[in-house]
Amino acid sequence: MIEFNLHKKLHAGSGIMQVNFEYAIKEGEFVSIYGASGAGKTSILRMLAGFFKPDAGTIAFNNEIWFNSAQKINLPPQKRSAGFVFQDYALFPNMSVKENLEFALQKGESKNIIDELLNLTELEQFNSRRIQTLSGGQKQRVALARALVRKPKLLLLDEPLSAIDNELRAKLQHILINIHRRYHLATILVSHDVSEIIKLSDKTIFLENGVITKSGEPATLFFPEINDEKFTIEGNIIKIEKLEIDYRVTVLSGNQTVKIKVAESEAKELNKGDKIIVSSKVFEPVIQKISAS
Amino acid sequence: MIDLEPFWITFKLAVITTAILFLIAVPVAYWLSGSKSKFKTFVEVIVSMPLVLPPSVIGFYLLLAFSPSQTFGKFLEEHFDIRLVFSFPGLVIASLIYSLPFMVHPIQSGFAGLSPTLKEASFSLGKSKWQTLTKVLLPNIKSSILSGLVLTFAHTVGEFGVVLMIGGNIPGETKVASIAIYDEVESMNYHNANIYAVILFAATFIILLSVYLTNHRLEKIRGI
Repeated sequence: MIEFNLHKKLHAGSGIMQVNFEYAIKEGEFVSIYGASGAGKTSILRMLAGFFKPDAGTIAFNNEIWFNSAQKINLPPQKRSAGFVFQDYALFPNMSVKENLEFALQKGESKNIIDELLNLTELEQFNSRRIQTLSGGQKQRVALARALVRKPKLLLLDEPLSAIDNELRAKLQHILINIHRRYHLATILVSHDVSEIIKLSDKTIFLENGVITKSGEPATLFFPEINDEKFTIEGNIIKIEKLEIDYRVTVLSGNQTVKIKVAESEAKELNKGDKIIVSSKVFEPVIQKISAS
Repeated sequence: MIDLEPFWITFKLAVITTAILFLIAVPVAYWLSGSKSKFKTFVEVIVSMPLVLPPSVIGFYLLLAFSPSQTFGKFLEEHFDIRLVFSFPGLVIASLIYSLPFMVHPIQSGFAGLSPTLKEASFSLGKSKWQTLTKVLLPNIKSSILSGLVLTFAHTVGEFGVVLMIGGNIPGETKVASIAIYDEVESMNYHNANIYAVILFAATFIILLSVYLTNHRLEKIRGI
């Protein structure tokens, strides 16, 4: 269990913003922080990692105190068991893929973990490649693998998937899910992608101007009205056809296509390329737009 | 036969100055590139002063400072039996001051060009500040370091005003190549002056050429 209570005055573009953030994450829980840019999401991750000192508050991992302003305790990042995946990857250009991972090994530690992580992130064939020759998605996987070498207790992901196109994103999300299952880490993901949050996380926090406005299960938070449906599918509209009476919408979800009949009134709201959620009330699918094309 | 000793002294002075300045400049440049302290501007000004001050001004003040008749020089002589004026060690100290910006500036801009997340990533992987500096930061600013080393070396080789003021023209001790040229010209030995000058000209050209070639190669490796 990691419990924290962070207070920090930030100088944002719009003036001074006061962050007041209190939350607790259980072991193995995957939590996302959702909010507009400038809401303080990254600052919160940086305070947890020890890069940025809160004005006041506490951070405790089980019985270990990472930060306590009253007791003047502030563990440096080296002493906090937190893996950080940066938005700009922060890979070391002077090292190969494997060397980046090996750099994270502690003295005398076995190299087995490195092979295991290269395998999990599907990077084995790239291990001697230089960082500059990798694509964005590959770099992201290296950054993720590197953050896990020390077997941290907390994994912090700062919009790791934002710079990657949709297809690669699905692959990375899959890798993230596998890693999360395998290592059972407390994970915090900063993201502004609704479908990603629903797919990956157990809990979501809505952050506005440094303060939590809502928190809970992601699907319930984003779509309270479809809470009690039987099933949901997410995807993108690839085709909208007019039939005799109604319309047929073809949705691509992963590698599958699903065809759904919708009324004209509904079809008017939809466009090719829209990202949608299809949920079924037993036999009657309901379509909900997540974002416009 | 032309006396080659001035070249040897010049070379020795340049190597020693470059080596010591590298050790001084790395921490100074690192601090300057990341600091938000109000003293930063002040330090930057001090570091850059030798770029704009006439060498004779620096030489004049150092001469006063080192002189045994002044407080500092007297102190050195009485307590450590060291006389810096008109001596090789004095020349080294003068060169350190005179060439400081040529080492600090390239390394500082190298550090400033690195993403701050590199340092943070290394910290979060459990590495100390020293390990981060030597294994992550410095290896990623190789071309800036190379520029700093070469500019400092070349600048020390070409130094004249400060050397003349503080070192004088003592053969075998402080008579460097640039002074030797001046000396030959003064004695109307244009032939010898020309030989010294051509050697300096060629050496400088070759040094700079090899630096640019190496830097292009480094950039290619880095894929920039």
